[in-house]
Amino acid sequence: MEKAIALDLYRVMRRIRDFEERSTVLFGEGKVWGTIHSYAGEEAIAAGVCAHLRDDDWITSTHRGHGHCIAKRADLGKMYAELLGRETGYCRGRGGSMHIADTSKGNLGANGIVGGGIPIATGAALTAKQLGTDQVAVSFFGDGAANQGGFHESANLAALWKLPVIYVCEVNQYAESLPVERGFPIKDISTRAAGYGMPGVRVNGLDVRAVYEAAGELVARARRGEGPSLLVAEAYRHEGHYYGDPRKYQTKDEIEGWKAKYDPLVEARTWMVSDELATEAELDAIDAEVAREAKRAVAFAEASPLATPITLPGDVYASY
Amino acid sequence: MQATETRAPAATREMFYNEALGDALRLEMERDARVIVMGEDIAEHGGAFQVTAGLLDAFGPTRVRQTPISELGIVGAAVGAALTGLRPVVELMYVDFAGLAMDQLVNQAAQNRFMFGGQARVPMVMRTQGGSGRGNAAQHSKSLEAWFAHVAGLKVVMPATPADAKGLLTAAIRDDDPVIFLEHKLLYRTKGEVPVGEHLVPLGKADVKKAGDALTIVTWSRHVLLALEAAKQLSADGIEAEIVDLRSLVPLDKDAVLSSVRKTHRVLVLHEAVRRAGYGAEIAAMIAEDAFDDLDAPPRRLAGLETPIPYAQHLEKTVVPQIEDIVKAAKELVA
Repeated sequence: MEKAIALDLYRVMRRIRDFEERSTVLFGEGKVWGTIHSYAGEEAIAAGVCAHLRDDDWITSTHRGHGHCIAKRADLGKMYAELLGRETGYCRGRGGSMHIADTSKGNLGANGIVGGGIPIATGAALTAKQLGTDQVAVSFFGDGAANQGGFHESANLAALWKLPVIYVCEVNQYAESLPVERGFPIKDISTRAAGYGMPGVRVNGLDVRAVYEAAGELVARARRGEGPSLLVAEAYRHEGHYYGDPRKYQTKDEIEGWKAKYDPLVEARTWMVSDELATEAELDAIDAEVAREAKRAVAFAEASPLATPITLPGDVYASY
Repeated sequence: MQATETRAPAATREMFYNEALGDALRLEMERDARVIVMGEDIAEHGGAFQVTAGLLDAFGPTRVRQTPISELGIVGAAVGAALTGLRPVVELMYVDFAGLAMDQLVNQAAQNRFMFGGQARVPMVMRTQGGSGRGNAAQHSKSLEAWFAHVAGLKVVMPATPADAKGLLTAAIRDDDPVIFLEHKLLYRTKGEVPVGEHLVPLGKADVKKAGDALTIVTWSRHVLLALEAAKQLSADGIEAEIVDLRSLVPLDKDAVLSSVRKTHRVLVLHEAVRRAGYGAEIAAMIAEDAFDDLDAPPRRLAGLETPIPYAQHLEKTVVPQIEDIVKAAKELVA
């Protein structure tokens, strides 16, 4: 891997981790309303996949969507502003964490409905096919969503029509509180791809190299018009399902032990240094830069005006 | 060529309701390459009610996309396609199947613009049909417009005549919001004069299908035709009913309803859908709020019974208002 790519992957992952830590603090301070779902532990998946995407490629994301949004090169200030209910937020305070979208970068939105984005990404891929472009669509979703009917219907449709869509199933070990082994009668979710006649690839979602490599092939394949695929990336969700989740379905030993053992940022630092792609000092410098950038973004959000009142029918309808 | 044909072309042509819809689809597909149609049985078969007949030959399988039986997948794909630049028209064979696709309509299409702070628009149409009268029983006969009308972000259109069907579908396809376009299965083989070529009926504009001064009947879809039949019988008894065809439920043409009520002072709200929490309740409440002082009698609703649609022919017609029920209700209202 080229050094510039490796450093960029690391920077994106750090940005995501930093955002999750910082937004948790803001939540604890009562500045963020509603609920937030941390992507910490899964950074390598969004970073490794989105590194292959252009601004005009599309993604659909999930309720745990901050990471995908950041990896798709969102503006952090607008993200924080959205969490804080500001007019400068991506959704002008109408959407919040679970609905952040950035259509200028092809992000068709986080989604509060588990599996809700899968049919939408499939439709975006239909647009590319219909207009004859080489754009691709990526749908990120969790293991829980792989048991929703929309996944089945969409995968079947995409394979029938050879649509340029990559289904990225992020196995973070829990569908809300349900352990993955209690939600699936199979060990390897990627085997489901065979049922749709598309390639299914299983990767270590903690290793950004593995994700980057696998996603590169699948994205290139989709751009060449060879159709959809399923990428199953396995990782571990460091935090609860949502901020404040009492996590009664997990033991303390598991949480602390796995968090230490399965950390994609630690993993990335280790191989980047041992492969001499980066020094510890360079990586520390990236961490510091990311923190400075995040502080500026939070300051921007905090200085922004509150979201303006709802305007009807214009906020809801394009014309009425 | 005969002399008669060299004159100015006729402005209208007699068409069946389903042909008029097909005409709108064909013209919009010719006009705009972003318009595609998707659905079950819509290609060689021409659609369960022959609305898309001929489109496959005219536009080919990439723009006339016959799908597997996957309502959620199809509607969701339309949402995604609409978000990214196409103008898809989905055909859902029966409105009763909407439950399978409801998440994509209610949580996604309807709300994307709002949730994303105005960044998105979802210019899609979901065409489907409902209503009883063909012995299709409970899972293929419902009238579910109230479900959709309740959801902020959707538009709801229900044409009664072939001309309105063509004009409203054209407007729906060109509209930048998601439109639920509800046809009635007994209307497909009704005939009427339809403007030839481009024909637009704006969404949100009601139409007075018959003028009158004794009472207003506010209705939509197939019950416009039943109300017109009832009005003939009422005329024979010297009662002139004014028939207001809403055509669009959302947006609602409040002015048309209120100005008619202010003229007649009595109103019957009529629909096939179940009365409880039906759209008629919204109309009656709106009239009570905005035109109470103009009323000589309380607004009255005549609508479907609170039951699933039964199968047997003699039972089916007992649960939705018939012409004689309308006549009776109108006479009671003006008595």
